[in-house]
Amino acid sequence: MAGAAPFPEWLEVVAIRGGAGMAALAVGAIFLAATGHDPWRAYREMMIGALGSPFAIEQTIIKAIPLMLTGLGVALAFTMGLWNIGAEGQLVAGALAASWLALTASLPTLVMLPGLILLGAAGGAAWAFIPAVLKTFVGVNEIISTLMLNYIALLWVDYMVFGSWADPTAFSFPYSRPFPPQAHFPVLLGDIHIGLVLALIAALLLAGLLQRTHWGYEIRTIGASLPAARYAGMRVRRNVLLVMAASGALAGLAGVGEVSGVIHRIQQGISPGYGFTAIIVAWVARLNPWAVILVAVLFAALLNGGFVIQTAGVPAAIAYMIQALVLFLVLASEHLLRRVRRRRALSQTRAALQVGR
Amino acid sequence: MSRTVSDPLVRLQGIVKTFPGVVANAGIDLAIFPGEVLALLGENGAGKSTLMSILAGLYRPDEGTILFGGERVELRSPRDAIHRGVGMVHQHFRLVDSLTVAENILLGWREPRFLLDLRSSAAHVRRLADQYGLEVDPAARIWQLSVGERQRVEILKMLYRNARVLILDEPTAILTPQEVEQLFRAVRRIRNEERAVLFISHKLDEVRAIADRIVVLRAGRVVGQSSPQASPRDLAQMMVGHDIPVAPKRHLPPGAPVLEARGLDVHGDRGPLAVRGVSLQLRRGEILGIAGVAGNGQRELLEAIAGLRFPAGGSLSFNATDIASLTVRDRWVRGLAYIPEDRLGQGLVGAFTVTENAVLRDYDRPPISRGAIFNWTAAREKAETIVNAFHVHSASLQVSVRHLSGGNQQRLLFGREVLTAPVVLLAMHPTRGLDVEATTTVHRLLIDLSAAGTAILLVSESLDELLAVSDRIAVMHRGRIVGVHPTTEVSRAEIGLLMTGSAPS
Ligand SMILES: Nc1ncnc2c1ncn2[C@@H]1O[C@H](COP(=O)(O)OP(=O)(O)OP(=O)(O)O)[C@@H](O)[C@H]1O
Ligand SMILES: [Mg+2]
Repeated sequence: MAGAAPFPEWLEVVAIRGGAGMAALAVGAIFLAATGHDPWRAYREMMIGALGSPFAIEQTIIKAIPLMLTGLGVALAFTMGLWNIGAEGQLVAGALAASWLALTASLPTLVMLPGLILLGAAGGAAWAFIPAVLKTFVGVNEIISTLMLNYIALLWVDYMVFGSWADPTAFSFPYSRPFPPQAHFPVLLGDIHIGLVLALIAALLLAGLLQRTHWGYEIRTIGASLPAARYAGMRVRRNVLLVMAASGALAGLAGVGEVSGVIHRIQQGISPGYGFTAIIVAWVARLNPWAVILVAVLFAALLNGGFVIQTAGVPAAIAYMIQALVLFLVLASEHLLRRVRRRRALSQTRAALQVGR
Repeated sequence: MSRTVSDPLVRLQGIVKTFPGVVANAGIDLAIFPGEVLALLGENGAGKSTLMSILAGLYRPDEGTILFGGERVELRSPRDAIHRGVGMVHQHFRLVDSLTVAENILLGWREPRFLLDLRSSAAHVRRLADQYGLEVDPAARIWQLSVGERQRVEILKMLYRNARVLILDEPTAILTPQEVEQLFRAVRRIRNEERAVLFISHKLDEVRAIADRIVVLRAGRVVGQSSPQASPRDLAQMMVGHDIPVAPKRHLPPGAPVLEARGLDVHGDRGPLAVRGVSLQLRRGEILGIAGVAGNGQRELLEAIAGLRFPAGGSLSFNATDIASLTVRDRWVRGLAYIPEDRLGQGLVGAFTVTENAVLRDYDRPPISRGAIFNWTAAREKAETIVNAFHVHSASLQVSVRHLSGGNQQRLLFGREVLTAPVVLLAMHPTRGLDVEATTTVHRLLIDLSAAGTAILLVSESLDELLAVSDRIAVMHRGRIVGVHPTTEVSRAEIGLLMTGSAPS
């Protein structure tokens, strides 16, 4: 029974991954039906809300931008085996740093924009640097420190928007004064801001870094085997500091995009948990930068659809539930994928043997 | 020894197993009888571990049947196999570090449903340990145990589950000579209870000492059977299909000193000094063998020289310059190569491909990298050079090295380290797990390398190996060098005595 498999390999991969996504939707449907909703209608509404009109698509892409940037940051850290689950806090730190510049300095646009980007990246990097330093010099586990720092960053926003940055016209609403027009990100199409370009450049750079530079080789080695990295003389501590900072910088950029590209001020709850969703995005994308971009768009669509169906009385939590199911089933489908790959390789081996006889 | 003809415990028929790119088992028939020690011999990659993993329910054969007492059985998991009475001790242990010995032995076994009755189980484990002479403390935690003790735990685990066919895959590769003796006593006791023991080893004298029957595999097929009375030469020939020439050793006049340690103190992992005041001198073109029972400071000594461990005292010079403050990388650049004992954990990255592993040392320097850019073409070329020069058998350069057989992993590691003709090579157990031919190949490579001027520090547990290739032999005991002798002026017995610390100093 030696012979070529009926489908090209990439199609099988797409089919299995797609199947996992479908299965997640099916389980979600059962849940919807069980709670007295019409799953078909809910999904149709979600679909329309996420992709059914130019406006919906625009909104989905806008939400995908922070997921892309934080997802890339998380994927980078995970590749080196650094469990950075603080992208949320790093995003907020980036937003805070950028807001400080936007609200306190009056600069021309050409200086302001690069300033916002640099400062935002630096803010995220600095926030990630704290756990990196704690890890390398004191041995504190980064999972705990990055998680804790999320809450500190979020509370810091509260402090600022109720304090010196408060909008005097907003009474006690939790948001800051609006940014001056010089501090608004330019838009590409509709309301889609240049953060999208930043995210695509970041994916390009990250993919190149990991596969085509010796620093990338070093990062992958440290992630795969610490003893081997030490044996090869790689400087592990230095890399922990650098990679955490780079990871935080990417999340920080996401924060700048939100304040300068979307809401044009800083406020409580600037992120509906992008930094946490990023962890799922990174895993589902198997830490591959281009896959992160794709998965971020899909997850943003889910998120956006979830917002929309709230108006129909369906809890938006269904969107989060489906995201979790997707993660779960994609990880499970890896097993299936491995078996398919093995079968393919086996049939090729056997075919080759038959020819050799 | 005459054996009354009895029915086999297990019969394997026509077993075929393919992996991507290789046929590991190409139709194997094997019968296993009660009350025998059956040794499997064969080159690296011959398919021994694969066949045993099939019998232990870990892999499912593509074709073929397994019969237990005449009944055809499908083994879907190791659990199925153990219920049929087959237990396997793997080359890599499968124990939970943070649990105790007794807990590990109980883990996953059906008896205790919810609450582990640890006290009575511990007593049971202790009884078994006494009965077979496999001493180990049931209350100790796995991480506290030496590799030899861990292996005893694995064996006890299988005995606790009442295995009637016990598979030991290269059990002696990691044991000291004393531990091997202890293991053999246990194996004989198990055999005398009308159980069967399947024994895999590359060491022919061990096989001849313990086996009742020897089956030889080559390229996935059974190519012969033999009795333990066969000569090692005949066995070796059966394994590889031709005679294996012994590497001839020539003694050159020693060259200038290239590596010198004086009064070296090095801490071990657990704190206390593992190396105490070691002084030694290594000359250009010489092979200095270090004999000693494992765990007497050999690893720490080599790691300190390689730059992976900072000495607590003493001095270290290389080509007459002090290297104590240099990093691993600096030392490698100056020509200090190191083949660590832990092949897959340290010397190679299991998840990386052959290509990626080939450049682990020089990934950031020309020609592999120019500036920041990693050159895949150059990396592949280097991998190809190593694969061709050192006969690494691999389906392609894209295979993860964890899928290579142990011997091929070692060839890749060895090739990478010596490709650049280092000034000094530190080699720790470079032939562990290698088949007879690969072992002779490594011996020849070592000898050729030294003839070309490389100074070699060779740590080995095999006296045969040390006597075959070394110019001088040092013995290490409890962190100290207790004697250095030219190979021509020392006997096995003398070295043996020094190794146990009972030296007539
Ligand atoms: N999981 C796997 N995936 C791919 N190939 C494998 C796998 N396991 C074994 N092989 C290949 O099958 C062949 C037989 O391997 P096996 O481990 O059975 O050899 P062995 O006789 O035990 O050798 P050694 O003496 O080196 O341990 C080798 O070529 C090996 O590379
Ligand atoms: Mg094997």
